[in-house]
Amino acid sequence: MHDTTPLLIELGSIILGLGILGRLAGRIGFSPIPLYLLAGLAFGHGGLIPLAASEEFVATGAEIGVILLLLLLGLEYSASELVTNLRTQYPSGIVDLLLNAVPGAVAALLLGWGPVAAVALAGVTWISSSGVIAKVLGDLGRLGNRETPVILGVLVIEDLAMAVYLPLLTALLAGLSLAGGSVTLLISLGTVGAVLYLALRHGRLISRAVSSDNPEMLLLVVLGLTVLVAGIAQELQVSAAVGAFLVGIALSGEVAKGAHHLLAPLRDLFAAVFFVFFGLNTDPAAIPPVLVTALVLALVTTVTKIGTGWYAARRAGVRTAGRWRTGGTLVARGEFSIVIAGLAVGVEPRIGPLATAYVLILVILGPLAARWTEPLARRLTRGRKPKDAARTPGAAPAPGTPEQTDGVRGAV
Amino acid sequence: MKPAAHVRKTALPGVGTRYDLNTEAGAHLSVVVHQDGRRIISFHDPEDDDACKDAAALAPAEATALSALLTPDPVAHLHQHLEIDLVTEHIPIGRRSPYAGRTLGATQARTRTGASIVAVLRRTDAFPSPTPDFRLALGDTLVVVGTREGADAVAELINGG
Repeated sequence: MHDTTPLLIELGSIILGLGILGRLAGRIGFSPIPLYLLAGLAFGHGGLIPLAASEEFVATGAEIGVILLLLLLGLEYSASELVTNLRTQYPSGIVDLLLNAVPGAVAALLLGWGPVAAVALAGVTWISSSGVIAKVLGDLGRLGNRETPVILGVLVIEDLAMAVYLPLLTALLAGLSLAGGSVTLLISLGTVGAVLYLALRHGRLISRAVSSDNPEMLLLVVLGLTVLVAGIAQELQVSAAVGAFLVGIALSGEVAKGAHHLLAPLRDLFAAVFFVFFGLNTDPAAIPPVLVTALVLALVTTVTKIGTGWYAARRAGVRTAGRWRTGGTLVARGEFSIVIAGLAVGVEPRIGPLATAYVLILVILGPLAARWTEPLARRLTRGRKPKDAARTPGAAPAPGTPEQTDGVRGAV
Repeated sequence: MKPAAHVRKTALPGVGTRYDLNTEAGAHLSVVVHQDGRRIISFHDPEDDDACKDAAALAPAEATALSALLTPDPVAHLHQHLEIDLVTEHIPIGRRSPYAGRTLGATQARTRTGASIVAVLRRTDAFPSPTPDFRLALGDTLVVVGTREGADAVAELINGG
């Protein structure tokens, strides 16, 4: 029996510290992710107080954090939602990939990091943060807006694309040859296809097998199944995160709802541990040298995301103001950029500081861009505002009379 | 016989479902049914129909209360005692209430409003006829009997209006 006292003290301090930081973030209405990263930076290698005893536990917790992040992401979507979105929005998805992954890849190549790091950094700049964006949409009262389904659609495509991208990345990182990589990719594509097919056709059977009226049993079964599948996926070089994501997609209906409810607090805990772990393994001294690079990359990919949103909203028939809003909202990057960087850090340690700085900048800039892109764009392109209201396809155009809308405003 | 109003439905993946209603008078409303059970009701901007001018998030209980008011049904659901014009209201003690943790006497509700607090509901228990030294807690529900104005005044008083 080892002496676990230092472990308990360190772990308790970390989690308590995160709780206090999270409350602080809530107070100023910000995502707590950057604060968790900063906390990790402060306590890691070359930080203020090195943590020794709890390192192993935190590393394991971080793994579980990634698995739970992806599982809950999968639980939020039903297979039919994914397929519908893929059908209607795939051009936006392709534009998104071209506009936002390329700057990351180019940056890595310019820095002379080689092709594998280029693929990893491409992922970091590509994937928007569904967590931050969903929260921002709610906070700004835009869930009823016409561009909101477009924004969510782009996020869904990105999440689905992760299921293809992550296995590819892990294969490259494992140093597999192109042939080995293709085999892995084929396996994972086949698995993704099979799971989507099963979930569409027999989702109810899978859910019924897992379902339980007792929350405790449901928690154990879902968590056990997910971690096991994640482990097997890792064994097949497909990446544990993807395995967890697929389990989430395969579960549907009441089971998904119940599991989401039960696992959300666990996800919050372990995801926080994951962000701290990422910060711990990044040397704060390495950040200042890459700050300029991160800033340039952040600005470039802010512009490209706004372009992506503009394009996606235009395809959906949203008008000018809504197109700017779509673009601005999509700017935020967050948890998944860190997940991707976390996978790549083992092979290319220089990605860590850059990704940290990049995410810190964009997780703060993202909500601001969501709020201010449209007013700024309107200011810059003044004087071309259409005067007619209520122009929705499928509904008869009804001119709103000012007195009545004033009445509505007064009643709210 | 009026035609039924047409409500359009849009899926919001990962969030819930949105329902849009364009009224005869030309207003555009939408209700987002959030996966977490909230309802978000929004009024669209006549200047820019793609955007909402105002949005209010309703907790399930609030949505229920609002829907009762919106249902075009004679006032059966307003708990009217038609004979003596008294109403019975359930008033929850919310987070903003200054009286959570204080005694019933401290509220001086009867003196100030004329309405009576006839019972306190706490989780599964009911405490009928609470005495002035009864200590209220967050989450209690007061059962108030009085005139419509009196009951409203108690609600205002209890929740720090």
